[in-house]
Amino acid sequence: MLYVDIIFLFFAIVLYFLLGGADFGAGIIELFTSTNNKSRTRRTMYKAIGPIWEANHMWLIIAIVILFVGFPLIYSNICTYLHIPLLIMLMGVTARGTAFSFRNYDAVKDDKMQDVYNYIFVYSSFITPLFLGITAGSVLSRQIDPASSDFLHTYIFSWLNFFSVAVGLFTVALCGFLAAIYLIGEAKEDFDVKRFTKKAVIMNAVAVGFGGLVFLAAEHENVHLAFWLFGNPVSFTAIIAASLSLVLLWYLLRRKRTRIIRMLAAFQVTMILIAVGYRHFPDIIMVKNGHNLSLLTDHAPATTINDLGWGLLIGSLLILPALGYLFYSFQRKSE
Amino acid sequence: MNDFIAARSQMALSLGFHIIYSCIGMVMPVFMAISNYKWIKTGNPVYKNITKAWSKGVAIFFATGAVSGTMLSFELGLLWPKFMEHAGPIFGMPFSLEGVAFFIEAIALGFFLYGWERFNKWFHWFTGVVVGISGVVSGILVVSANSWMNSPAGFDYVNGQYTNIDPIKAMFNAAWFSEALHMTIAAFAATGFAVAGIHALMIVLKRNVNFHTKAFKIAIAFAAVAAILQPLSGDISAKGAARRQPAKSAAMEANYHTVPYSPLLIGGIPDSATKTVHYGIEIPGMLSFLVYDDFKTPVTGLDKIPVKDQPNVPVTHYAFQLMVAIGMFLLAIGLLYLFALWKKRAWLVKNWFLKLFVIATPLGFIAVEAGWTVTEVGRQPWIIQGIMRTSEAVTPMPGIHYTFYMFTLIYFTLSLAVVFLLSRQIKMVPELYDR
Ligand code: HDD
Ligand code: HEM
Ligand code: HEM
Repeated sequence: MLYVDIIFLFFAIVLYFLLGGADFGAGIIELFTSTNNKSRTRRTMYKAIGPIWEANHMWLIIAIVILFVGFPLIYSNICTYLHIPLLIMLMGVTARGTAFSFRNYDAVKDDKMQDVYNYIFVYSSFITPLFLGITAGSVLSRQIDPASSDFLHTYIFSWLNFFSVAVGLFTVALCGFLAAIYLIGEAKEDFDVKRFTKKAVIMNAVAVGFGGLVFLAAEHENVHLAFWLFGNPVSFTAIIAASLSLVLLWYLLRRKRTRIIRMLAAFQVTMILIAVGYRHFPDIIMVKNGHNLSLLTDHAPATTINDLGWGLLIGSLLILPALGYLFYSFQRKSE
Repeated sequence: MNDFIAARSQMALSLGFHIIYSCIGMVMPVFMAISNYKWIKTGNPVYKNITKAWSKGVAIFFATGAVSGTMLSFELGLLWPKFMEHAGPIFGMPFSLEGVAFFIEAIALGFFLYGWERFNKWFHWFTGVVVGISGVVSGILVVSANSWMNSPAGFDYVNGQYTNIDPIKAMFNAAWFSEALHMTIAAFAATGFAVAGIHALMIVLKRNVNFHTKAFKIAIAFAAVAAILQPLSGDISAKGAARRQPAKSAAMEANYHTVPYSPLLIGGIPDSATKTVHYGIEIPGMLSFLVYDDFKTPVTGLDKIPVKDQPNVPVTHYAFQLMVAIGMFLLAIGLLYLFALWKKRAWLVKNWFLKLFVIATPLGFIAVEAGWTVTEVGRQPWIIQGIMRTSEAVTPMPGIHYTFYMFTLIYFTLSLAVVFLLSRQIKMVPELYDR
């Protein structure tokens, strides 16, 4: 059952990255859209993510619940040493979720308030994944140091370092990329399809750039990223698969095969997560003194792990079909 | 403000904020499903308009509830890491089931809010019902987690170690039923009276009387029934608290002395220094009767409890008095409504009658906040009753008062925004739904 819990945890993280990420990305795309086209983007986006955004963000809750029930030591360590980036991310989540629904549900649509909501929405769409990425980067960065006694080293430099910030920026770019790809399929008019395609290409280039930055930062901070990624067959294959599929994606993007490119984009992000996740599994928090926290040893007692596993299995029997039908209905009906 | 007090205040603030949205998230879908049902059955477009108007309001509340809930699931760890480290595996089961319930709720809500005219009427209605059911279920589940903090179960605590963990037993702890029952009824009472009050105000102001009368009727039916059940369920809660948490119970009653024929205290200003209560009304033997069903058995007073294990008496006492006073008032107007419905239909449209309900608009929510203050402040100094002190659980990170100020600002702004948006919704009713 321990593995069931771990698989669900990984699943929840990947799905949050893909679905929640595309959702954040939509705001990022809006941020980088010229003023003339903003309202068109907004309309496409509202149709695309309106019905599903709440559900998309539930994956975060699922991941957190699995962590604090099944792996409480890991949860409490993340919450202690990464208190500040988590807090900023949460403020982003709050600002973003409320601004998104306020702007759609404000009964008066044509006054200054819309500008306020839009402003909050686009900036928080940028901040949130940035700090999500920073948090994720910090977990791997080996900068968490339980032995340090001063505030700066314990609570600030644990996340404010070159590597974590590079991962944060990379995350933002990936979200923007996912969203652009997603929106291509949702756009009705040729003009919009062209616009989103262009955005996807730019975001892709930016992501590749930041990806390079992550490697540089890793070298600089002594994170053995290159070794993790290329030093074992699974991660290596995953990276190669991601790179090859990127070429395919560029080719298909020209032919407007929206469905396949969507899958390819999702595939790439999943591969990246597998590549990173696989190598140092079961370690999940890399600590400066080497006493890493591991999914296989730092977990809750067996009864809890069992009950949690059953809860997740039964829960997913209820959730997955309903969620599938939700996506399917709003896809089909909009076509 | 020291970090410990700041952490407690921040937790209280976040929960106090979230509970309003979660009550509405539990109850409004039920109301919507009923007016939706009436629309399908009668074909009267007013009911469709009510459903739509409500669903727009609810979408605003849902978003706010969802984000404040997300905040909370992190805050448990951000503020109380030591607590979560030990308690997570024990009381986490309801949280993981709750995750499932939320998920289903979010999916069903997507169908309901965006599915008008897209789906078969009955399927659409059904998704609304699912939102309501999963809302209530999630409410019950979280409260069961909280009741575990009040009456820990499902593990053995030996030499500081938590062993023999049984999450299912922990979930169905002794306080589970009474808390879940009382909370669910409270959600219906609070939301019911709030909604009824707003619509009553609109009727008094002679705006869209037909629309608001129908909406008022749906809300008040639930509110009145809940208000009658509330004191009964409160009695069960009070009996349980007296047996499981004598310190909390004594603080609620400001009961400083353990004596036979323990008196019930109404009102009064407790003075912990002299262990006396000024200006209260005492009914001898009544407290013994309420707790033990006979007038003689002494009820444990604060003299039997070491000072270091006592909660803040005045806060707990005032909060309890406030809740009970409001409970009695709501009971009275709930009964009055049913009486009017039965014998005096003419009252139903009278201004004086409607104004009573206008007054009651915020009262249910004030009682909810007061009730939680009783439960949570009354549990202090324990975070897990008798096992772990709140001060042992707090995060080592300094500077929590800054985050507390920030949260205060955020929640204050959000509250203003929600009130602003809601008032705009109500203002637009004539334009959108008057034809
Ligand atoms: C509409 C709101 C409302 C109303 C009118 C009442 N309550 Fe209440 N009460 C709550 C809303 C609430 C609550 C906020 O929902 C609490 C907090 C925890 C809980 O489970 O319910 C609560 C807690 C609570 C507790 C503490 C339980 C514990 O800590 O274990 C007691 C003893 C009572 N209530 C008793 C009463 C009595 C005797 C009432 C008589 C009228 C009453 N309540 C009315
Ligand atoms: C939503 C309704 C709730 C409200 C309004 C509420 C209110 C409060 C208040 C006022 C405090 C501060 C007490 C003090 O420090 O004196 C508090 C503390 C706390 N509550 Fe609640 N509570 C609610 C439900 C819950 C639930 C469902 C849980 C968990 C399952 C919970 C967990 C906690 C924790 C962990 C603390 C901090 C530790 C402590 O002070 O004991 N609360 N809450
Ligand atoms: C008595 C206390 C509580 C009750 C009755 C309650 C009930 C609810 C309900 C009914 C909802 C869904 C409605 C909505 O989204 O507005 C909700 C949302 C949520 N609550 Fe609470 N809750 C309580 C306390 C807590 C606590 C202590 C936590 C976290 C530890 C929490 C976490 C959440 C989360 C994550 C959501 C968002 C779910 C979503 O996105 O739909 N709640 N709560």
